[in-house]
Amino acid sequence: MNIHEYQAKAVLAEFGVPVPRGKLALSVDEAVAAGESLGGNVCVVKAQIHAGGRGKAGGVRVCKSSDEVRAAASDILGCILVTKQTGPEGKQVNKLYVEEGLNIASEFYLSLLVDRESEKVAFVVSPEGGMDIEDVAEKTPEKILTVAIQSDTISAAESQSMAEFLGLKGEQLFKFADLAARLHKAFCEKDAAMLEINPLILTAEGDLVTLDAKFIVDDNAIYRHPELAELRDLSEEDPRETEAAEHELNYIALDGNIGCMVNGAGLAMGTMDIIQLKGQKPANFLDVGGGVTVDAVCEAFKLLFEDKQVKAILVNIFGGIVRCDIISNGLMEAIKTHPMNVPVIMRLVGTNEAEGRKIVKDAGLDVRWAEDLDQAAEFAAAAAQEVAA
Amino acid sequence: MSVLLDRNTRVICQGFTGQQGSFHSDQMIAYGTNFVGGVTPKKGGQIHMDRPVFNTVAEAVEQEGAEASVIFVPPRFAAAAITEAAEAGIKLIVCITEGIPVMDMLKTKEKIAGMDCTLIGPNCPGVITPGQAKIGIMPGHIHLPGRVGVISRSGTLTYEAVEQLTQTGLGQSTCIGMGGDPIHGINFVDSMALFEADDQTEGIVMIGEIGGSDEEDGAAYIRDHVSKPVVAFIAGATAPEGKRMGHAGAIISGGKGTAEAKFEALEEAGVSVVRNPTLLGKRMLELLA
Repeated sequence: MNIHEYQAKAVLAEFGVPVPRGKLALSVDEAVAAGESLGGNVCVVKAQIHAGGRGKAGGVRVCKSSDEVRAAASDILGCILVTKQTGPEGKQVNKLYVEEGLNIASEFYLSLLVDRESEKVAFVVSPEGGMDIEDVAEKTPEKILTVAIQSDTISAAESQSMAEFLGLKGEQLFKFADLAARLHKAFCEKDAAMLEINPLILTAEGDLVTLDAKFIVDDNAIYRHPELAELRDLSEEDPRETEAAEHELNYIALDGNIGCMVNGAGLAMGTMDIIQLKGQKPANFLDVGGGVTVDAVCEAFKLLFEDKQVKAILVNIFGGIVRCDIISNGLMEAIKTHPMNVPVIMRLVGTNEAEGRKIVKDAGLDVRWAEDLDQAAEFAAAAAQEVAA
Repeated sequence: MSVLLDRNTRVICQGFTGQQGSFHSDQMIAYGTNFVGGVTPKKGGQIHMDRPVFNTVAEAVEQEGAEASVIFVPPRFAAAAITEAAEAGIKLIVCITEGIPVMDMLKTKEKIAGMDCTLIGPNCPGVITPGQAKIGIMPGHIHLPGRVGVISRSGTLTYEAVEQLTQTGLGQSTCIGMGGDPIHGINFVDSMALFEADDQTEGIVMIGEIGGSDEEDGAAYIRDHVSKPVVAFIAGATAPEGKRMGHAGAIISGGKGTAEAKFEALEEAGVSVVRNPTLLGKRMLELLA
């Protein structure tokens, strides 16, 4: 789960991590008031959306007067921001964060993640702050240092190696060690999956401050962090994905036109891939999971039927734990309120396969049966093409 | 021979009396697994499915000589269950549970490092030696004792491959589901080493997914150490970056972990790569002809 920058900074502040003073604003007037209450000559108005690349897209503005804050807030609030990470459809800005301006002497990149190879929490640092770290990794990989933390707390040698790599000296080395320890503690205690500070800045006054913060929480650990669960912002998520999640379905919206319903994440991805091999694109990833009920399958079918992008539906079930009759009964429930408006191709194998087929056949539904996955994908691709033509 | 387990392996279940544990224990027993009991705290002394229930894994090891354990414990307790099994001396630990926090798995892997045990999973379908024993949730009837070892990050996609190997008559020596979590036990490298050394295994089917670098590590190992033919498929060529595709570990981040990069690494290592998962069995048949 993602949280907003202003929320991430509040979490970090609890651990004593230095963050700029700032205020949340939900209207232009609130933004102006926030800027005035912060004092100083400069403040920064920042769009709060769950995506990076806001600066380049015009979602971050440095302001030197209340008039400038008013102008910036009016421009940004409510606009659709299209960044490198939002996709072409962009994201609407509903919240602003107004922060004090700081005197930046240098900028760095710092992130923490769970390193799958070393199976440790690792820091990634670079002196190329404020840049797209993927670009740095590609063009100048020597400017990135990864340090896997070997024990429960970060050692002096570990933090020193990073600080020196960033070119810090003297007193700054101690400030970095303190900061790194606090970030590491926050990461572990809050069950983060990713924490990215880009940029981390050194101010003209010699302080290290986290100027931006991106915080992703491990979904599996949210149960033990009710305080983080409360920070969830549903307006930042695809409503179809939210709806699906309520029924314990794994659903991700994509941009093709063949709706997919599959059991198992790997098979669901494999089904998407084979659709592409047949010259079409999947409209979604959908894994109904192992413990699926008739109700959940019904909801899944409704999601697909309601999706205007979907021109054909491919059902691919390899029943192990999942029973094929549950899938068929889910379809029967769904069509009570949602008539089958697109061709449905079904491939049912495994547990209760015969019962599953019988339910659909007895109801006289116009479903096309496939004997295997390859044939199913072929039928679906042909059907989608026909509907489109 | 086969790898990891056979009809003699003495198996217990942690979370034995729960709904999932009961259902799948029943299936494992029906398949012929040498199932000697189970563990559910506070229910020790009871009899469940004609087998004894113990409070702890240590008791099951002491009294029934348990060698392998399958874990159906809820996510918040599952990592501790893995540690308990390892400390009790269980040699093969199969964790089916999905949804264990990553931090818990990091700590558990640190604790069991250096202990004499093999962890499979978590978030996996388990391991099966067809015709002999199964430890996990895979449908037993689609398998056929045979010549091909299967190692996979996916559950149902493995069934797809297994069905093809059964239909072509090749059958399977052992099938290992390593699971879809980012921090897990057995990996492609470990499994390749087992299959390379196993007489019954003549070829190996490998099924990977986007995310991480397990497949690349496996490819490097195959290039240097595996003489048997390997056929591979990687799921997720069409997956968008930054989205978690059902499995916690299946995510492309920072342009890393793409299916394309994995296909390339495998091809360079001399692996026969299929981009259509329905061709796994057919390709293996050609290679073993």
